[in-house]
Amino acid sequence: MDVLNRRTVEEKIFKLFMIVSICIVIGSLVIIFGLVIINGASSISIEMITQTPTPGNALGGGILNAIIGSLLLALPATGLACIIGIGIALYLQKEFSHPGFANFIRFTLDVLWGIPSIVYGIFCLMIMIALGMGSSLLVGIFALTLLEIPIITRYMDEAIKMVPIGLKESAFSLGSTKFETAIRIVRRQAFPGILAGILLGLGRGIGDAASILFTAGFSNRIPTSLFDSTAALPTMIFNLYSLPSGQPKAYAAAFILLVVVLLISIISRVLSKRFMKHVIR
Amino acid sequence: MLSSTIQIETKNLNVYFDKHYVLKDVNIKIPAKQLTAIIGPSGCGKTTLLKSFNRLLEIHDEVKISGNIFVDGQDIFDSKGDEIPDIRKKMGLISQKPYPLPMSIYENVAYGLKIHRKKTKKGELDAAIQHYLQEVGLWNEVKDRLHDPASRLSVGQQQRLCLARAIAVEPEVILCDEPTSALDPIAAQQIEKLLLKLKQNYTVVLVTHTLRQAKRLADYVIFLYFGMVIEQGPAEDVFNNPKNPATIAYIKGDIS
Repeated sequence: MDVLNRRTVEEKIFKLFMIVSICIVIGSLVIIFGLVIINGASSISIEMITQTPTPGNALGGGILNAIIGSLLLALPATGLACIIGIGIALYLQKEFSHPGFANFIRFTLDVLWGIPSIVYGIFCLMIMIALGMGSSLLVGIFALTLLEIPIITRYMDEAIKMVPIGLKESAFSLGSTKFETAIRIVRRQAFPGILAGILLGLGRGIGDAASILFTAGFSNRIPTSLFDSTAALPTMIFNLYSLPSGQPKAYAAAFILLVVVLLISIISRVLSKRFMKHVIR
Repeated sequence: MLSSTIQIETKNLNVYFDKHYVLKDVNIKIPAKQLTAIIGPSGCGKTTLLKSFNRLLEIHDEVKISGNIFVDGQDIFDSKGDEIPDIRKKMGLISQKPYPLPMSIYENVAYGLKIHRKKTKKGELDAAIQHYLQEVGLWNEVKDRLHDPASRLSVGQQQRLCLARAIAVEPEVILCDEPTSALDPIAAQQIEKLLLKLKQNYTVVLVTHTLRQAKRLADYVIFLYFGMVIEQGPAEDVFNNPKNPATIAYIKGDIS
């Protein structure tokens, strides 16, 4: 009887522990959204996403420059990181590299993944100064690319590695060449995992402030060339928040950033599900 | 010894996986248009032998092979790397666990036809796919959902789809690696029936660990033990008058 009692109590404590943990996670999400909306409500308006800041008055107008800046920074960076990532991920497969060396590269990527983004920012700043360049869209893209490469590459690597050998054998036994097997079979099987990695990288790139703080600089105008400085949503939030009575607008900008990140998550879910249906388990 | 022609013949075939000596001086003859069963206890090299016939072993780097394998009198190791797909095309493979391709049911059967440019017009392709799905008795079950993902079929249906996909490439040989071991009894029976039907037009090589299945299906039997061929011959001879003590013990059920 005693033993049974102790076990039921254990069970209850553990259940409580799980519920509390889940409440903390869901609670923070709700509170963050709530705070951002409540504090920014007065400034959320259609002008926020259709206008650039009014010249001479940083609190007037909208933050279109930051929205476009964010996209111009994160999309090319994600594209570049994908191109470099797929090269590394393919090389990591046992068809192309020695397993010991591949694991060393994986370890390197994991270390890079853990490096705080401000370090990437300072690293790019150093290169920028050495080359005599100023803060610009180009250097910002470069910093974000470095930040995203480890994430995207590791996801691609895992996705390709998980393709069952039996599936490759099936493709080969039908007379497929290595290229056909890679392009028609392995790609289809690995695609949902690869996509998840790409969108995770994109989300990280769009939300990161530290790496672009020094490298992309800040500007109230929409950049017209790769060598222009540009604002992005995270740096815009930072900038607005440090202005006197800029908080409501900073919260409104944060709301827009949250919506963008949320949209990326939703798109990633929907696309994954669409491509998952063919995946062989 | 054999009345029919020889489809596959190996001469002093040796296979190493790293330092593990898997197949030892294997000399076998597999008759055309018959069902040959490769039997033996697990780990004796049955699957390795099967996958050497279409050079599928070579996708693993750690494999070393010596000796010869003749298919239709041609040594398959004579061909260069870019001819390997043509060797593999001659032989369909059915594996233990079915691996449909990550695409629709229709696309699974169409895949081989497409990569080998056999049927290109839509009408021809549709007709061919219906034909091959009918051959494996799957047509009636899937005709209304040809464009559903193949992954949604039951395991037994997937195995028959793999068979349809294999014969769509018009191979001469069908290699089966314990094709029923993952299936329920009814699905397994369907596959066995199909194999009996297919051996009229194809050379079927069946790796099996169930002696009873070999007895039901095989015309010709090869008994492998620790990587060596202990006995081979027509099924009645091997099952009724085994000569080697190891074969006798295996057939009696003393080793498994």
